[in-house]
Amino acid sequence: MQPYELTMVQAMEKLDAGELSSVELTQSCLDRIAEVESDVKSFILLDGDAALNRAKQTDVERKAGKKGKILGIPLGLKDLLCTKGITTTCGSKILEKFVPPYNAAVVEKINDEGGVLLGKLTMDEFAMGSTSESCCFGVPQNPWKEGYVAGGSSGGSAASVASGECLVSLGSDTGGSIRQPASLCGVVGIKPTYGSVSRYGLVAFASSLDQIGPLSRDVADSALMMNVISGYDKRDSTSVNRETPDYSKALTEGVAGLRVGVPREYFGEGLDPEVRKIVENGIDILKRGGATIVDVSLPHTDYCVAVYYLIAPAEASSNLARYDGVSYGFRDHDAESLIDMYKQTRSTAFGAEVKRRILIGTYALSSGYYDAYYKKASQVRTLILNDFKSAFDKCDVLISPVTPTPAWKTGENVDDPLSTYLSDILTLSANLAGIPGMSVPGGFSKSGLPVGIQLQGAHFREDMLLKVAYNIEKAVGLGAKIARRQ
Amino acid sequence: MKITREDILHVAHLARLNLSEDELVKMTEQLDNILSYVDKLSELDTDNVLPTTHAHKSVNAFREDAVMPSLPLEDALANAPEDNGQMFKVPRII
Repeated sequence: MQPYELTMVQAMEKLDAGELSSVELTQSCLDRIAEVESDVKSFILLDGDAALNRAKQTDVERKAGKKGKILGIPLGLKDLLCTKGITTTCGSKILEKFVPPYNAAVVEKINDEGGVLLGKLTMDEFAMGSTSESCCFGVPQNPWKEGYVAGGSSGGSAASVASGECLVSLGSDTGGSIRQPASLCGVVGIKPTYGSVSRYGLVAFASSLDQIGPLSRDVADSALMMNVISGYDKRDSTSVNRETPDYSKALTEGVAGLRVGVPREYFGEGLDPEVRKIVENGIDILKRGGATIVDVSLPHTDYCVAVYYLIAPAEASSNLARYDGVSYGFRDHDAESLIDMYKQTRSTAFGAEVKRRILIGTYALSSGYYDAYYKKASQVRTLILNDFKSAFDKCDVLISPVTPTPAWKTGENVDDPLSTYLSDILTLSANLAGIPGMSVPGGFSKSGLPVGIQLQGAHFREDMLLKVAYNIEKAVGLGAKIARRQ
Repeated sequence: MKITREDILHVAHLARLNLSEDELVKMTEQLDNILSYVDKLSELDTDNVLPTTHAHKSVNAFREDAVMPSLPLEDALANAPEDNGQMFKVPRII
């Protein structure tokens, strides 16, 4: 077994026992990257020398008695988390040369706990997409099967962890962007409760929906990473001031007495039979473990795509107004007037999907249309939130598919935005309601593609998701698997 | 049609975007599709429903009105497309 194949928890044990150094572990990941990166294409920026120097430093610190939750662990970051002195592109030409003058809150936490940064990971431009194909600096590929998408928008975060390039990564999830690629690449991914992880230093897409979370090869590693990144931060005014639990304590065997809700709207038309079977197997595992299975309804599920594709673009159109070519990022130097400079800068440097969402959002917020679109969507958002409140009166956790199908072929939906949006139907609601959601590997399709199972819980009940995921993982036996092309 | 070519041109101007003829044709068609789809929201009666803009019921997050260190000038200008060492430079406004 090579060091890169270890889970983070296993690697920490070996590092602490002196059986492995961070330099050896980091070098093993770099060797693995050299072996598979030309197929997987997870990295926008890779800095092996910096990683090895940092690894050496953590080895010295460990010998000197320093403690850290992830001291010496090599990891990757979705390229929308600001890293001081290290380019942060958000997958966009407009930020191609942007070097942040400060670290995101989660990057500070990772540094404090001893993480070793390998590099920055591929993603859809401004996190707007479901396949990572709109990334301007390389498109990640499904590490299990050639010619298939890794998912998105955190495609690089999922593909890198699945293929063994890094032990763990961070992504962000605005409408499924952690859970969906985690499912399509066969790794664990968590979208935490809105407000539990600081968004300070996260390049904003839709501020009321964005949340940073971990992707890892098993449930225990995601729990450990949640311990690193969670917590109140006064620099994010939506960060919730509450005590951060020890998420690793949630990983206990047994689900007896737990009420597991099956939202019937998530098993409707268009659900791939293989995906259905894998999720039903997950339900059976919990049933055999003594959980009570409850039929629940989330009646407004069918409206979530419409609500999401008004609210997210509206917030994006406002957030992306800052890219004006004045203080940072790309500028078109040919324009003679200020307004032409804005227009030429933005038209040259934004890709098609970003422009599309800015236009939808600007329209939905514009005079005369605000009530019909943005306000209406915000009202239906209340109904979606109420659906979940009623559901969590009847059950402790919801189980469902993450996506209606396994990964699809690259290039399939590039020119048909609406059908891509519809593939997000099972993940969008969690962001609209601010509840935690998680994907845990459930099985494989006959064609060899991984399929995840989605768990959703009430606000701040990540512990419930982790416990259920841990039990599913034990029964299915897919924890800690490394993706290898067939 | 939910949205016309003129609407798109107006919105593009508000969003400070130029669109090529090809982009304009495509965006008009695609936005029309999307807006026709989101029209399904009108099936729902929301007259007495308060809008949600934020997942948690939160109150204003106030902070002390205290002087804090800010970004040094050099750092603030480090990413500037054009500057004069003191300020960001932009094309002539007036």
